Amino acid sequence: MTARALSGGRAASAPLLGHETEPTLFEMSVPGRSAYQLRTTGVPATAITELIPAMHLNKDVVAIAEVSERDLVAHFTRLSHRQFSVDLGMYPLGSCTMKYNPKFCDAVANDPGLNSVHPGAPAELTQGWLELLVTLEEKLCAITGMTAATLQPAAGAAGELTGLLLMRAFHSANGDARRRILIPDSAHGTNPASVTLGGYEVTTIPSNDRGLVDLEKLKASLGPDVAGIMLTNPNTLGLFEEEITEIAAAVHEVGGLLYYDGANLNAILGAVRPGDMGFDIVHMNLHKTFATPHGGGGPGAGPVAVSKRLVDFLPGPRSTRLDDGTFAWVKPPRSIGRVHGWHGNAMVLARALAYIDVHGGDGLTRVAKYAVLNANWLRHRLRDTLPAAYDRVCMHECVLTATPLKNKYGVRGLDVAKALLEEGFHSPTVYFPLIVEEALMFEPTETESLQTLEALAEAVERIAQRAIDDPDGLHRAPQTTPVSRVDEARAARHLIPTEDAASR
Amino acid sequence: MADYLPHTPAEIDEMLAFLGMDSLEQLFAHIPSAVRLSQGLDLPEGMSEPDVAALFTNYTSANQARASEMTCFAGAGVYDHEVPAVVKMLAGRSEFVTAYTPYQPEVAQGVLQAIFEYQTLIARLSGLPIPNASLYDAATGLVEALNMAHGATSRQKMVISAGVHPHWREVATTFARGTGHEIVVVPLKDGVTDWGSVDASDAAAIVASYPNYLGVLEDMSVAKQLAVTNDALFVLGADPIAAGVLKTAGQWGADIFVGEGQPFGTPLAFGGPFLGLFACTTEQTRRLPGRIVGETVDSNGRRSFVTTLRAREQDIRREKATSNVCTNQTLMAVTAAIQLGWLGTEGLREVATRCAQGAHYLYDELVKIDGVTPVSTQPFFREFALRLGRDASAVLLTMASDGVLGGVSVAALTSGSDPSIDGDVDDVLLVTVTERRTKEEIDRYVEVLRKAVGQ
Repeated sequence: MTARALSGGRAASAPLLGHETEPTLFEMSVPGRSAYQLRTTGVPATAITELIPAMHLNKDVVAIAEVSERDLVAHFTRLSHRQFSVDLGMYPLGSCTMKYNPKFCDAVANDPGLNSVHPGAPAELTQGWLELLVTLEEKLCAITGMTAATLQPAAGAAGELTGLLLMRAFHSANGDARRRILIPDSAHGTNPASVTLGGYEVTTIPSNDRGLVDLEKLKASLGPDVAGIMLTNPNTLGLFEEEITEIAAAVHEVGGLLYYDGANLNAILGAVRPGDMGFDIVHMNLHKTFATPHGGGGPGAGPVAVSKRLVDFLPGPRSTRLDDGTFAWVKPPRSIGRVHGWHGNAMVLARALAYIDVHGGDGLTRVAKYAVLNANWLRHRLRDTLPAAYDRVCMHECVLTATPLKNKYGVRGLDVAKALLEEGFHSPTVYFPLIVEEALMFEPTETESLQTLEALAEAVERIAQRAIDDPDGLHRAPQTTPVSRVDEARAARHLIPTEDAASR
Repeated sequence: MADYLPHTPAEIDEMLAFLGMDSLEQLFAHIPSAVRLSQGLDLPEGMSEPDVAALFTNYTSANQARASEMTCFAGAGVYDHEVPAVVKMLAGRSEFVTAYTPYQPEVAQGVLQAIFEYQTLIARLSGLPIPNASLYDAATGLVEALNMAHGATSRQKMVISAGVHPHWREVATTFARGTGHEIVVVPLKDGVTDWGSVDASDAAAIVASYPNYLGVLEDMSVAKQLAVTNDALFVLGADPIAAGVLKTAGQWGADIFVGEGQPFGTPLAFGGPFLGLFACTTEQTRRLPGRIVGETVDSNGRRSFVTTLRAREQDIRREKATSNVCTNQTLMAVTAAIQLGWLGTEGLREVATRCAQGAHYLYDELVKIDGVTPVSTQPFFREFALRLGRDASAVLLTMASDGVLGGVSVAALTSGSDPSIDGDVDDVLLVTVTERRTKEEIDRYVEVLRKAVGQ
């Protein structure tokens, strides 16, 4: 390896000046201080009491905070220094696809020609946006092998629920009352939560000893009351469901539909398409696969693409290309209706299109290949320290287990995850999927270099050595971070969600 | 070959060799060949950033409604407020932008404390003690409020004023397909909800909007009383800027507050991402949807923040969760906290007052125009609806040629007739004024509209 080069993704050098708490905005507030500046308008300054009847006016003042612009900037800048981010270093959080977010995509979307446009302006005055949305829809369909898509869902969970409502509308249109949705036991918790809100019941399908859907048990669960199945492929163990065509045939045989949870789409770009595997409905997480920034937990975007027989049911209105080359909002004939207040998270959609355009078909294919290469390299590199739950070729992520460390030294997966923070890496996903003991799910993503993967592996090895030398120290890790382990039980037992609930 | 991938050909060979492989293709060999994509994706080749930027100018230049071309008088829940450089720059810090959900609180105190401050502000603006960390937008926030009301009452009937934004109502109807909620829409008369026209018995929720989407300020004690009489929760959708001068949701007796948070520092952005503001009474805490941040201490006794009441959430409770929501709109919530910090107590009051002053000034001028009449004669806050006597969409296009985005056509919001409007909706225009509009711009609006309606 290019061993002399050092990792660009390890954040252990991040400087911090101290370990005191940061005051809240309210603790810094001084009556009479202010920062705001507004335009001089010349509008008559009629007293509010002359404009609005007294019954509506608040006799009390809603107190915000009174700070100077200088203190405001210092406060939020210091808060930002107490926050890990992709820009700071490697973020191998499994199932979250924390890849590098290209700055260009932010810049191009933040152009005032896009972000100063009011969503209620007539379509004639927003043709650029409508064309952008149609273009993105077409490209997402090319990537997933589907016919049409709605761009409205604001996140993956919203996409899931939209997909389930599409299933419901499709079956209802056929006069077909069905009540069950099948979900593998490795699925993310959002799937069953969405099923409930979609008005269906969950039937859980066990995994087999290879970590895949047990086809025989799946077949045994099928019946005329099954509305469909929700699958993530590759699944949450990072493994490809190799019997997908058999699964699809069996579900379609009883009249059910196949829902593709796009959480792991990054693994298969350009290699295989959900549509070709037999899926009827696909949601994508643009904030994962297409690198739109996660924003500390939102905004995301969760477009839903469908096969031909479901197009008429899509949420609307959809931007549509007309014969004369212009664009208009058109509601599909049997639309389930809106799932978002406007047109979806438009700025996120614009970023995703920029990402797709930069990469092109060839670049996206490389994305998947290198993501899978990185995950397999890391799995193999760590095999003696944290063995894989299923030790064979994985896709874009690998689920490893800390069970040997736990059995020998009493060091748990959580301890390893916390100790990694002291090593300058964000933790992997811990204790998920639920079917793997002491699970540590690493998703390195394609944008991390070999040197960074090696640095991560060496950090894990040092932690394993600490497990032998100083297991108690690991239980207390991390200590070099802005705060150490927090008392979560206390937070839940005595809820303090606001400054006003705290006794300062 | 433009991309962001670090791998050199030599490194790829070295990594494959480590795995005992000689091609990347081998990593995909276990995928059944029947489903493999043999010819690659049907997409153009990748382009360099400057080439894509050039392509995007096709989109930006075709958006005639962009701010540099048109002065905005459109509202309908989305408002052109001042967003200063300081807010854009702080909210654009990449530590906030490129972080994920604060799963590891030891390295996420920045986002967690910012959300805590946001929650404090939302609690104060709503007058309700239990906020969450935000939801996708106001429309989906309303859906969560209805689900909460169902959880609290075990009832299915949702009585919703037609004064609630038409898109919010439509979203509520969509999701009711899954939950089985019965949506009963209460019509408006002269812009005011005619609560007596429907049967509210066995209602889970009474839902009103303050002001309503036509801008009208209704007496919310009527809706509150209806909720009390029928043992239902009172859900109030409110304009958060209004809290600068008007009574809060809590003061009107609301059990749940929902609101669109876009006015707090988020650009018009063609409708998203925005954020759904949400707060409720302590009785509903355990039914709260989405995330909530709470204060606690770390193992060294230092004040810390952490996402809490996690036992409600989907990744733990699965099909029994209070909601399927995983993320919130953290970046927008952080932005809102920064924007409100910039505005401060006095700034929020000033913005609210100036919006009301500008809107009333414009209203008084417009109703002088022959053929232009108000939809409602009731008090309003910062927005109002007018009948133009001709197709509002056509009027908007005419005004656009004079560089004015004249408002939002109610027909476009409602796609046809609507119980909020007595009679035809095609000639109804919704107009708003924010603190950014000068007297000169407002006066010009009057002339442009006068010309467009042929007076």
